[in-house]
Amino acid sequence: MAVTVKIPTQLRNVTGGDTETAVDGATTVGDVLDGLYDRYDGLRERIAEDGDLRRFVNVYVGGEDIRFLDGLDTTVEDGDEVTILPAVAGG
Amino acid sequence: MPVQALQCKECRETYPLEARYVCERCFGPLEVGYDLSGLDAAEVRRRIQAGPRTIWRYADFLPFAGDPVAGLPVGLTPLQRAPRLAETLGLREVYVKNDTANPTHSFKDRVVAVAVAKAQELGFHVVACPSTGNLANAVAAHSAAAGLDSYVFIPADLEEQKVLATGVYGTNLVAVRGTYDDVNRLCTELSGDRDWAFVNVNVRPYYAEGSKTLAYEICEQLGFEVPDRIVAPVASGSLFTKIARGIEEWTEVGLVSGGLPVMNGSQAEGCSPVAQAYEAGRDVCRPVRPDTIAKSLAIGNPADGPYALDVARRTGGSIEAVSDDEVRAGIRLLARTTGIFTETAGGVTTAVLAKLAEQGAIADDERVVLVITGDGLKTLDAVRGTFERHEIDASVEDFERVVACQPVAAV
Repeated sequence: MAVTVKIPTQLRNVTGGDTETAVDGATTVGDVLDGLYDRYDGLRERIAEDGDLRRFVNVYVGGEDIRFLDGLDTTVEDGDEVTILPAVAGG
Repeated sequence: MPVQALQCKECRETYPLEARYVCERCFGPLEVGYDLSGLDAAEVRRRIQAGPRTIWRYADFLPFAGDPVAGLPVGLTPLQRAPRLAETLGLREVYVKNDTANPTHSFKDRVVAVAVAKAQELGFHVVACPSTGNLANAVAAHSAAAGLDSYVFIPADLEEQKVLATGVYGTNLVAVRGTYDDVNRLCTELSGDRDWAFVNVNVRPYYAEGSKTLAYEICEQLGFEVPDRIVAPVASGSLFTKIARGIEEWTEVGLVSGGLPVMNGSQAEGCSPVAQAYEAGRDVCRPVRPDTIAKSLAIGNPADGPYALDVARRTGGSIEAVSDDEVRAGIRLLARTTGIFTETAGGVTTAVLAKLAEQGAIADDERVVLVITGDGLKTLDAVRGTFERHEIDASVEDFERVVACQPVAAV
């Protein structure tokens, strides 16, 4: 078991077309993202800035916005699903 | 036509005019860029005044290279002088921009007319949206008129009137168990892998342009003048931001002068992420879980929040929040002084105008425009039980006994 990460269309050109991936051994959302940055060149610059997520990037754990949880320190468990999405939709 | 390209609002990267809404480089939102330098003010003004009595009279400022496919007739809603409202609030000159007078009774007809025309130009056959209700009505109706399939996603607890006024058009109506923000997240996910035009997701840059027509109409109806102050609702912040953008464009072309009006944004306390950020001096909005009767403004995670804050701050305006009781009072105040019945969002906006007037924030000589975005028939629960009804037998005696009216002298 691992944490599953769903990758939005806008990032698939840096994930080699991957729409979903799995990260092992992560205990927080920050760990999960670090795992992705190690795996995919160029991903960090696209969604992160100065150690935090860019303001137009939303991250969800099990459908819950991590800003309602503990942000990048939000804990994750095996089997959780992390979703990265653009924040500029709606209204 | 002056439309040029999509451009990132953050890093200014440009993209071709296609179904795309996120900057690949920095994840910022894309908006439509124009080159207005070739427009002559007198010529444009003549074109506008000779144009159709719809939003398409402003085609120079809309994102189409050729003639858009015009559907339901949208726009040129009344700008109504409101002397009794002004007097009640101790103000001199107040106008109501009555956008209930659109085909599906809200300002969303403006953005959807543009989005559906663009979707057809881009070759889409299916139109979709996440909605708090007004957009649902508009997407279902405009898709029906255009003969396009549509999928409308709404929170399952939406007001019944808005559900009925959507389903009647024959759309695929999907009620999602969750808040609007959950519905929005779901649609953002769905839009990635479906060849559909989600009006406020993948074609949002074009959709948002429709809101500028509200500003153009206000200025045109005032004789090509900019009002001193505009009070408008804030949900995602897109309408509020685009009203300012429209006036900036007209100023650039020379159709109007004098700069932006003071811009006051209005939210309900039960969902006020932008007002809270304004109050705290932040330029980023913290998401909230909505709990208000103003469901059409119940967006806890507003996409254009940072831009709405910027507009409020640089025009000397503000983003205000009012309680649900003030919202109900706002609906009654507008109805009783102007004859306009608005939904809860208009109650929010009217309540904010009343609050600003009470605080003395509005000068005596100001010309103020109140933007009323939706019809009261969409949110009937908000006025249920707020007035008395006299039930009588069909007799003169019973009328005089129960209603106890003042005797009127014969003339």
